Amino acid sequence: MANVFTRIGDWVNERAPGLMPMYRKHMTEYYAPKNFNLWYYFGSLAIVVLVNQIVTGIFLTMNYKTSAAEAFNSVEYIMRDVEWGWLIRYMHSTGASLFFVVVFMHMFRGLMYGSYQKPRELVWLLGMLIFLVLMAEAFMGYVLPWGNMSFWGAKVIISLFGTVPVIGGTLVEWIMGDYLPADATLNRFFALHVIALPLVLLLLVVLHLAALHEVGSNNPDGVDIKHGPKGNRWDPNKPADGIPFHPYYTVKDLFGVGFFLVIAAFIIFFAPTFGGWFLEHDNFIPANNLVTPTHIKPSWYFTPFYAILRMIPSFFGTAFWGVLGMFGAIALLFLLPWIDAGKVRSIRYRGTGFKVALMAFAGSFIGLALVGAGVVGEKLVEWVPSDATFWENTFGRVMTFIYFGFFVFLWCYTHLGWEKTKPVPERVVFDHD
Amino acid sequence: MTKRPSLMKKTISSLALAFGLLAGSTSVMAQEEGNLPSAGTNIRDQASLQRGAKLFFNYCVGCHSLKYVRYSRMAEDLGLSEDEVMNNLNFTGAKFGDVVISHMPEDSAQQFFGKAPPDLSLEVRAKTADWVYGYLNSFYVDPTRPVGWNNTVFPNASMPFPLWELQGVQTAVKKEGSDEVEKLELSQPGKLTPAQYQQATRDLTNFLEYASEPAALQRQRYGIWVLLFLAGFTFLAYLLKKEYWKDVH
Amino acid sequence: MANEVVDHGRRRFLTATTAVVGGVGVVAAVVPFIKSWEPSARAKSAGAPVTVDISKIESGQKVTYPWRGLPVFVVNRTKEQLDALPSQDARLVDAKSDAGSAEQQPKYAQNENRSIKPEWLVLVGLCTHLGCVPDFVPVMKPEPFDPEWKGGFYCPCHKSRYDMSGRVYQGVPAPKNLLVPPYNFVDDTHIQIGVDPKEAG
Repeated sequence: MANVFTRIGDWVNERAPGLMPMYRKHMTEYYAPKNFNLWYYFGSLAIVVLVNQIVTGIFLTMNYKTSAAEAFNSVEYIMRDVEWGWLIRYMHSTGASLFFVVVFMHMFRGLMYGSYQKPRELVWLLGMLIFLVLMAEAFMGYVLPWGNMSFWGAKVIISLFGTVPVIGGTLVEWIMGDYLPADATLNRFFALHVIALPLVLLLLVVLHLAALHEVGSNNPDGVDIKHGPKGNRWDPNKPADGIPFHPYYTVKDLFGVGFFLVIAAFIIFFAPTFGGWFLEHDNFIPANNLVTPTHIKPSWYFTPFYAILRMIPSFFGTAFWGVLGMFGAIALLFLLPWIDAGKVRSIRYRGTGFKVALMAFAGSFIGLALVGAGVVGEKLVEWVPSDATFWENTFGRVMTFIYFGFFVFLWCYTHLGWEKTKPVPERVVFDHD
Repeated sequence: MTKRPSLMKKTISSLALAFGLLAGSTSVMAQEEGNLPSAGTNIRDQASLQRGAKLFFNYCVGCHSLKYVRYSRMAEDLGLSEDEVMNNLNFTGAKFGDVVISHMPEDSAQQFFGKAPPDLSLEVRAKTADWVYGYLNSFYVDPTRPVGWNNTVFPNASMPFPLWELQGVQTAVKKEGSDEVEKLELSQPGKLTPAQYQQATRDLTNFLEYASEPAALQRQRYGIWVLLFLAGFTFLAYLLKKEYWKDVH
Repeated sequence: MANEVVDHGRRRFLTATTAVVGGVGVVAAVVPFIKSWEPSARAKSAGAPVTVDISKIESGQKVTYPWRGLPVFVVNRTKEQLDALPSQDARLVDAKSDAGSAEQQPKYAQNENRSIKPEWLVLVGLCTHLGCVPDFVPVMKPEPFDPEWKGGFYCPCHKSRYDMSGRVYQGVPAPKNLLVPPYNFVDDTHIQIGVDPKEAG
């Protein structure tokens, strides 16, 4: 048996001699720092979720009907009449939300440990592009069930483009292919969601990984293991603090995946709507262009950006500023490698100012999410019924200010030399019993 | 080597807190239309589902469809035989494999009530069980309404109250010098005692909750085994990781 | 690093166990996806048994009813046609329907006439070669495709021939007799296609 495998292997090698070196470069001879912590699980988890989305997505398209008249019914058909259709659909809908959980954690890891700094700017930029495409993908996927939230979500988000000066109105009609979200809109979103964007996403993921493996992974100490001492038990010329990705990180990530699947399965089997956060109540009502849902808000993963949109008032007779703010909030993340000129990478050795600012930034993100989801507003209605809107806006604007303030502060802090860093150790810190 | 106080743990716990806050706030949302009582439903209570189905097919199906629910699937999930369903619940002559369509033609319904009575297949998922239960317990006579009934949970609903002979007639007690309803009083008793009526509406809500997601029965049944399996796998993977990482110093 | 001992046995055992358990998990996860291709509840409902009225079918006539989207032939055979059946046995592939065609009819139709009541023939009208719908050619007269034709079914796609009981002739592409679906007589004028007699009773 083993002999057969060897012979097949030889046969392939002879014809595609580049495959084995490629495998070695990315697996057995990819030397990753040995001190990865919990935060470093989220990259591989994102791949697991991506594969899940693709596989379940393909199976959903087998029964989904792309038409305004039939889309809603076909989703219920999947939920009830197709054998195990409910599981496939819940895996897809839960996967969508968990994708964002995982990606937010993955991005926050990058912020904490300076993974966007030189020489990994390209990795960060490709990652940000993935995030951008992922948001478009999620938004269009959300429209497909053609529930009332799908419809009104589509309407509101597309209307954002209407604030673009001069061409706004035309742009909105062009995106929808009609005067309201309709059959044409649904069809083009389906094409983009199912074919175009996944292809782009996959390409970007490959580039993201290729770029990463070119420069090597960062780590919680922000120490460049390539510049440290050489020689480990596997190879005398490789970094002393590096270990082969396979088998060490494959088995570690396998454990991470197992743990993640326990959580995912719990949600899929016992709380698939997640209390109205992953699948909203109003989306179990078919799309109705005459009745707007009472609690109209985007999916939870868009709420921070949506809140920024809501918190910025219109000036000079246009609401474009809010839209600008919302997209600016994402655009600034792209520029992070140039905004932050810090001398060290990891939060462990950075100045107190950075630590406080990053915590404030994370806090503002969560705060904005709560505003965008309407949670803050509802609480305030209970506490200060008469001035709820005033306090919600005040809170939201403070959070918006902190969000943008983080970037301004970071620029000043690092470019003007205010930061006092701690000495970075020569080798990675590795706790092992 | 130094042990570092984990920044990560703190961050995770704060994120978990935020997440908890999010999840907790849904109950706030659900209760917005007045403080709704808990429906106290349990879709694994088959007897309750059967009683609820009986009520639905006696009082509701005249106007409301369950257009995603098949008689055959319902029979299987409710532990009823084909004959029981076809003889006792199906009054429209539909086939066993058909979905539940109301007796009423849509345009005449439009004519009677101003709008077609909604399909109830997804009512509980759209409104929550508490809402439906609260709604069924909050009808009161209101001569100013075209059908003679009003509802505190869904004010100015255009639906008459077909369960009145069970519950009796409730009247609204208004607040002093205001049009706001303070509470409802039973001015004329029905066939059931208030406790019996609450149980009946609980059963009906339970049935509608089942109807809104029949797969819930399956997913809860399989879910426990999936979780156990995955926990076992994760434990094995943990041992494997530990074993390999003995190499790393 | 110097004096460590790797327990290769334990390592191999854990690797194998995790791989096997993981493999079982993957297989289990694949099952729902495979099963999602089975006929859905809607398809099953549409494919439910059908009851048809046969009182209007004249002797010698064939009527086609859809069942599960398949054409089901119901033929009221004449006495003459029935009498001609035994004469064909020698030219057929499986005259008794107990060899290659043993699974082509329910037990209660495994007889000379391949039916419950002699005159009433019920068949799924799909050629056992490649699934075309055969023509019903009831008249006993020499045909271009068979000079000794005693009535039966002739498939236009690849010239397969069957007799008046749907039994396949030798020397044609089709390998088996035409399929008899489960059916039963609800009463003298109604048959239910898709349900065996004892189930229905």
